[in-house]
Amino acid sequence: MAVSNIEVSETPLVLYALRRADDALILGHRLSEWCGHAPMLEEDMALSNIALDLIGQARELYSYAAKAEGKNNDEDTLAYLRDVRQYRNLLLVEQPNGDFAQTLVRQLFYSAFADPYWRAMMTSRDATLAAIAAKSEKESAYHLRHASEWIIRLGDGTDESHQRAQAAIDHLWAFTGEMFAVDEGERALIHAGIAVDPGTLRGRWLATLSHVVGEATLTLPQNDWMQQGGRAGRHSEHLGHLLSELQSMQRTFPGLTW
Amino acid sequence: MYTQALNTAETDDRGLEDATKAAQFQARIDAEERIEPNDWMPAAYRKTLTRQISQHAHSEIVGMLPEGNWITRAPTLRRKAALLAKVQDECGHGLYLYAAAETLGASREELVDAMLAGKAKYSSIFNYPTLTWADIGTIGWLVDGAAIMNQIPLCRCSYGPYARAMIRVCKEESFHQRQGYEIMLTLCRGSLEQKAMAQDALNRWWWPVLMMFGPPDATSQHSDTSTKWKIKRFSNDELRQKFVDATVPQAQYLGLTIPDPGMTQDAEGHWGYSEIDWTEFKQVLAGNGPCNRDRMAARRKAHDEGAWVREAAAAYAAKRAHRQTAQAAE
Repeated sequence: MAVSNIEVSETPLVLYALRRADDALILGHRLSEWCGHAPMLEEDMALSNIALDLIGQARELYSYAAKAEGKNNDEDTLAYLRDVRQYRNLLLVEQPNGDFAQTLVRQLFYSAFADPYWRAMMTSRDATLAAIAAKSEKESAYHLRHASEWIIRLGDGTDESHQRAQAAIDHLWAFTGEMFAVDEGERALIHAGIAVDPGTLRGRWLATLSHVVGEATLTLPQNDWMQQGGRAGRHSEHLGHLLSELQSMQRTFPGLTW
Repeated sequence: MYTQALNTAETDDRGLEDATKAAQFQARIDAEERIEPNDWMPAAYRKTLTRQISQHAHSEIVGMLPEGNWITRAPTLRRKAALLAKVQDECGHGLYLYAAAETLGASREELVDAMLAGKAKYSSIFNYPTLTWADIGTIGWLVDGAAIMNQIPLCRCSYGPYARAMIRVCKEESFHQRQGYEIMLTLCRGSLEQKAMAQDALNRWWWPVLMMFGPPDATSQHSDTSTKWKIKRFSNDELRQKFVDATVPQAQYLGLTIPDPGMTQDAEGHWGYSEIDWTEFKQVLAGNGPCNRDRMAARRKAHDEGAWVREAAAAYAAKRAHRQTAQAAE
């Protein structure tokens, strides 16, 4: 039996919460794929821990999006019953895990943004977003530290790890521009003091990356061509496969309680 | 998650060691004192414990795989988070257990290498597949339930680091067990399809779970020294019986049928069960269970593909130490 996708009334606030929820869920899901398969047990623990934080953030953000929408949706309908074109996450977070270097570079790129982002969001005029930010900020500080330490180890480790880390940076760089893009709806939320202008965080983000990458004896690419589309539901081919796995139970057994 | 009575007998070589020390050691055991890493202990005690604790650690780590198989497909976000946290706990148990084994003088690397080479065992139960979501509930309910039955007495094991690790592990396991039972309860109160899924999972897991307690006492030749050393406090059959007695009413409450038409309750309330198929158990231990090859392949793949990461971490640590030494010399 086919299960229809839900419809979401994407007001600027609903869309804003959904985009951040989708980022957290998809990245958390990707990290959870490592559980049981990491290079060492300590990393099975650490990557699962980061995944749990992100899934927790996603749940709060989905619940808030559902509440802001005021229809019958909830965290699970939003996560399990929207198709690829309705997902609003960054292209960066849906990129496959690849090798350990690719996973950790993806994490560094994201967390170097998420950490100052959530700190800035703590002063949002939206009390729920400010509360989510206060919790997420503590988590993202640890995520950033963990990713930074690994990039330094990999970059300044062996020739092989250096090459793999550099290849991951070069591969994922084009997905970073999207973090700083703002559309009209978000612009209005920024003016209202609800959202943070991500453009104001770019300098901090780049400074963090430059420091870590420099310490790691790696380099940031000069190429400034950036891929975009995730925020509007134009994804890479990878997301559909992730969703078909993530959503398989809800799609196969519609409407049941688990 | 689990330790299984797979040990083969260690020869009691106390005759070769200082007889006075051996007598003092046994007196401490008899007085229920804890043996600590720096205390004198018979070589066979050390060897038995190293093997048991490392098998237990391997079981935790291999045990991440069947449940990990459902992390990306858990049916709700709440279930996904709970399952991921549970599998992460198993990994944590593996880590403390390797650390406990290291107090006996074995390194984690050599223990893991023995497992990857197929020379060390892990619990037979993890060689069965998780086919549906109900298997996740059943593993929590029954596999963790059986593990708790086995591990509660280990909290009083004579070896201090193992006993203390078990206290923490048991607390987490009992949380997992309740979580698994709650998954089963949700399925059994759900649609007919969900209840059928729960019954099917029970049908597949029941007998393998009973095998977790190890071979029957009549054929198990090696519990004597472990009992004398207070590593093992109950026999395989005693623990199996406790488990069956505790589980029957839980199954009844769920409205599920245990797949053993021969079960009867005696005057004292104990549930008798039919003969276990020990041929299947031996085949699984010999490497012929449904998932033995997949489990080993998955662990070897993670180990092999992670080699460059571990090498990088070691190389970086060495470079850093070298730089610090050079700076200190300036």
